[in-house]
Amino acid sequence: MLAGLTWLLVFQCLGEVLVRLLRLPVPGPVAGMVLLFVALRLRAAVPAPLEDAADGLLRHLSLLFVPAGVGVMLHFSRLAEEGLALTVALVASTALAIATAAVVMRALIRRRGPSVPGSRGDRAGGP
Amino acid sequence: MSAQPFTEIWVYLAASPLLGLTLTLVAYQAGYRVYARAGFHPLLNPVLLAVGIVVAALAITGTPYRTYFDGAQFVHFLLGPAVVALAVPLARQWDAVRALALPIAGALVAGALVAVASALGIAHAFGVSEATLLSLAPKSVTAPIAMGIAEKIGGLPALAAVLAVTTGVIGAVIGHYVLDALAIRDWRVRGFALGLAAHGIGTARAFQVNAEAGAFAGLAFGLHGVLAALAVPVIYWVLEALR
Repeated sequence: MLAGLTWLLVFQCLGEVLVRLLRLPVPGPVAGMVLLFVALRLRAAVPAPLEDAADGLLRHLSLLFVPAGVGVMLHFSRLAEEGLALTVALVASTALAIATAAVVMRALIRRRGPSVPGSRGDRAGGP
Repeated sequence: MSAQPFTEIWVYLAASPLLGLTLTLVAYQAGYRVYARAGFHPLLNPVLLAVGIVVAALAITGTPYRTYFDGAQFVHFLLGPAVVALAVPLARQWDAVRALALPIAGALVAGALVAVASALGIAHAFGVSEATLLSLAPKSVTAPIAMGIAEKIGGLPALAAVLAVTTGVIGAVIGHYVLDALAIRDWRVRGFALGLAAHGIGTARAFQVNAEAGAFAGLAFGLHGVLAALAVPVIYWVLEALR
């Protein structure tokens, strides 16, 4: 777990350095993720300590959003002013995004036919 | 004899990072317990409950957000390594991703465009201010990426984080109903749609329902983060240049 967490931080640091050196328009952790992904693809398997650390962090992912979410209290006045517009915009756009992604993905999977390995659930000829 | 010692203890605790950190963990676990007891009912999202508990506790004790965040930042900080950690499920799922490359790419681009365009269109129609609009643009990607994007295009990073978390909670709450209404039964599609529109909070929700849905949600969450981080500033610069 400790070794895995260290690797995650090392790659985050590498990402931050790369973004600043090349003036890339992406956040450092995203660059770190891409670098780690490339490094993992060059290896046969994901090292166990890294797997433990990554799974541990991702298992409690929703906890990590609580401090940022509590920041809502800083924006009560703005949210009171624009609350209705923001609520409508967020609820409608989120529902539309979920529906669009799901419908497009299902249609493209169906077009490939039901013979794709690992394809299940939504077979052609289903209800 | 009086409440003096308690006042002293409170003054000490209120100023130390210990309280903000403890409050975050206790509130989250209380929220999660309620959520688990209710059979993972989408309306009882643990992030929503935890934020409610913390905001109420801070309001009652008159604690400013800054003081709370001094402690909570230790949890918040882990969002960075968590984004890096997304490379692991992505590398693990790579064969499945390659086999479904076209459906994934199509759903990713279509979903991402609809998420940004519909949010900005609706908010603009309501006459929302420009600072809020620029903070709203990256709302479907995870909070740390959304903050980075908002900063780059001139929005308010803190507001972007709140809007991203709110979007995540909304997606985790309504996703189930939207997908059922469309009769989407394939776990890979359900997970992917949830991770795309509701980033980490939607991904957490997907993992709680089905492992395959969770893996595809994590994939969508990571791909959307990378795509948005690359595309939103470019789109913004193009729009600025056209003005």
